[in-house]
Amino acid sequence: MSQFAYFPHTEEDVRAMLERIGVKDTDALYADVPEQFFRKHTCALGEALSEQEVREWFERLASMNPKLTVFAGAGAYDHYTPSVIPYITSRSEFLTAYTPYQCEISQGTLRYIFEYQSMICALTGLDVSNASLYDGATAAAEAMKMCVASVRKRSRVLLSEGLLPQVLDVVETYARFHGVEIGRVPVMDGRTCPGCLRAALASGDVAGVILPQINRYGLVEDHEGYAEMIHGAGALMVQYCDPSALAVLRTPAEWGADIAVGDGQSLGIPLCYGGPYLGFMAVKKEYMRKMPGRIVGQTLDKQGRRAYVLTLQAREQHIKREKATSNICSNESLMALWVTVYLSLMGPEGLKEVNRLSYDGAHYLKEQLLLSGKFEDPFPGKAFLKEFVLKPKEAPARLQERLQKAGFFAALCTEEGYVSFCVTEKRSREEVDALVQCVKEG
Amino acid sequence: MKYYDKLIFECSKPGRVGYTLPANAFPKAEGLPQGLCRRQAPALPEVSEPEVVRHYTLLSQMNFGVDSGFYPLGSCTMKYNPKINEEVAAMPAFAGLHPLQSAPGAEKVLEEMDKALAEITGLSRFTFAPCAGAHGELTGLMLMRQYHLNRGDNARTKVIVPDSAHGTNPASAAVAGLEVVEVKSLSNGRVDVEALKGLLDEHVAGMMMTNPNTLGLFETQIEEIAALVHGVGGLMYYDGANMNPLMGLVRPGDMGFDIMHLNLHKTFSTPHGGGGPGSGPVGVAAPLVPCLDQIRVSAWHGNFGVILRAYAYILMLGREHLAKVGEYAVLSANYIKECLKDVYKLPIEGVCKHEFVFDGLVNDGAHDEVPGATTLDVAKRLLDFGFHAPTIYFPLLFHQALMIEPTETESKETIDAFIAVMRRIAEEAAEDPTLLQEAPHTTPVSRPDETTAARSPILTFQDA
Repeated sequence: MSQFAYFPHTEEDVRAMLERIGVKDTDALYADVPEQFFRKHTCALGEALSEQEVREWFERLASMNPKLTVFAGAGAYDHYTPSVIPYITSRSEFLTAYTPYQCEISQGTLRYIFEYQSMICALTGLDVSNASLYDGATAAAEAMKMCVASVRKRSRVLLSEGLLPQVLDVVETYARFHGVEIGRVPVMDGRTCPGCLRAALASGDVAGVILPQINRYGLVEDHEGYAEMIHGAGALMVQYCDPSALAVLRTPAEWGADIAVGDGQSLGIPLCYGGPYLGFMAVKKEYMRKMPGRIVGQTLDKQGRRAYVLTLQAREQHIKREKATSNICSNESLMALWVTVYLSLMGPEGLKEVNRLSYDGAHYLKEQLLLSGKFEDPFPGKAFLKEFVLKPKEAPARLQERLQKAGFFAALCTEEGYVSFCVTEKRSREEVDALVQCVKEG
Repeated sequence: MKYYDKLIFECSKPGRVGYTLPANAFPKAEGLPQGLCRRQAPALPEVSEPEVVRHYTLLSQMNFGVDSGFYPLGSCTMKYNPKINEEVAAMPAFAGLHPLQSAPGAEKVLEEMDKALAEITGLSRFTFAPCAGAHGELTGLMLMRQYHLNRGDNARTKVIVPDSAHGTNPASAAVAGLEVVEVKSLSNGRVDVEALKGLLDEHVAGMMMTNPNTLGLFETQIEEIAALVHGVGGLMYYDGANMNPLMGLVRPGDMGFDIMHLNLHKTFSTPHGGGGPGSGPVGVAAPLVPCLDQIRVSAWHGNFGVILRAYAYILMLGREHLAKVGEYAVLSANYIKECLKDVYKLPIEGVCKHEFVFDGLVNDGAHDEVPGATTLDVAKRLLDFGFHAPTIYFPLLFHQALMIEPTETESKETIDAFIAVMRRIAEEAAEDPTLLQEAPHTTPVSRPDETTAARSPILTFQDA
């Protein structure tokens, strides 16, 4: 028996344990496995590598990825991660803990989730937040199911076509299997078309409407009057938001939304090829008991000390089983800690400044790109924050490739033939000018 | 562990900052229209960097992880989380990748991981989109339905789930639009095959099973069960939460399973992070591969950072040590069971796999005037001795279930210490049950008032 670093068992330990159990070898502990399934396949995986070899293997693969300066958003944003965060999130008391079922030895986890919930409520203006969902797209899917579960006898949900493509795809996948009918509301003149929305609501069977606060073109949508229209039709209003932008934008509560969802990635979570991120959800108090996922509440222990517990669990899958409307169990707890530490460091001023830098950089870039004469502006004069789209005069894919050769990455809106640019506080004036130069030279 | 009372909001003082940002090198653009802007700044804390670090460090000290001590939490596979995994996931050339950009290195990792998981499970192809185990279940059931729909077989609306299944199984089925039909377990803890036969018809989309089941018992009739379900045109779904004892020894694909998920945060050593991020890749047999492109269950490529960690684990162990994982996990579980079964009720005799279930104390005081100690009390008392509690009151087959899973990464010394404490608690329960009923005594807080928490919820700092 060869020793391995993660297994403490010595030959002597194994012998002693087998003796106590009263069997001759470990295979005897598999005696109930039908013979035809046990040790029948010769595993074709490689032999064990040393830690150094593993590190080198990944370094080799990592070096195959082109190193690009990110000018893309499209739902994943290259904001700066303060150094403090990974130090806190890699504390193994946080990192290697399970879900806080034993609350007496999980006050650290429970307390940061409570703080996280408070911060999400501060950003959205809504009353109650859960402990996190998987990502923004699945959070929107959960909101879709929540609308149907909250409004009796209605099973249709409207989605704005301004939502990010990945959000539409995921919500529609969930809806297809969950028996929810989806209607689409087009974007006209840079926002979810109010007239089309009114017409779609007239059918009287709509349980909810999901609208982007910032749409797939980067435009900040004006939802004035939408809440009245949606509530008037007996449906719930869901806004899909960028939580970083909520530091400056009118809140979902101020727009009259019942539910806010989105992706927490913009709050300092590294891009990491798409995950782990986190989905957030906040709701008005009256929908609290329909909300999916875990919720942490404050209470007192026997000595009267403040203590935190998982609460309102009657909503959850392990209690409701086949009557559940959500099956979420593990969520993205450590990423909720990530976001909580980020927001603690940034505070209201820091987050506002991040938005200011991104805003000024993005507006400068757009102006310079238009001055190059290589683009048309599909949405002139429309309000945007850090992200915008332009229609290039050359083929979008060709432009993207050209940019990549020069070390830049911009995203494409394939359906519309647009190129999408995003500027965060991480992009310097030099980088922006170099991008513009590269565009001009093509 | 030391009690620390503050919330980050209570460390806040107007004017303090915890960030640095570059000077604005861009011309100041005209602002957004007022109507699109929020009226008041969000009520976030204002704290300096050293205070943030100290606050969260103090919070962490009220927490218990695998690195803090033994975590015999049944069905959760709380094994050691190797540190090289964390370093790999933090490599800037992975952590800085935008999900839409071309990334041959990242694609290669996914490709290699796909091959490795196919080899380990006997299935053909994996999708990495699911972000957790329950998400994997939901994805797998969507694929199950998609498969039938693609064949024009529209009447398959039912899924069979054993009464011992993980709570997420029936919930995932409901979310996927399937009707759950429960099949009972026999007194030996295995699926009642005769009862199953009575449930099978052309409306069955498939059956969900975990094998070994949640009692830690191998479903010995698996071959017959799979044949029966396949016989009526159904598919077999394998809940991979209990894959740890089988790795490198037994393959779900060989047992007749068509679809499965794995919990990379259990079997493949990635940290649980206090409740995620996990990763629940779903594997399918060859006939279902085309269905993978017909659904989208998360925004991008799933939790890529978790997949990096899990692949580092596979490379570290290699085929030789992967096949040892289960052996050691099963050895430790059986050893604990044998050492404690005289003082804790073992409802079903025989070898277990990676975990097993006691039904409370032998001396449970059921016939005494003073109420005896329950499973909850045993669990809370364990915390006083520096151990995490086992999973309690699950599976639902027993009233006082206490589900113990030691994993392969605990030493005999740790396990012996746990056994000694469990025996001591059994003695305490007989002599002075109130000692258990009032436990824990040494943790940062004692048992909280959960009833008030649910009745008058305080869910944000503002409410408080």
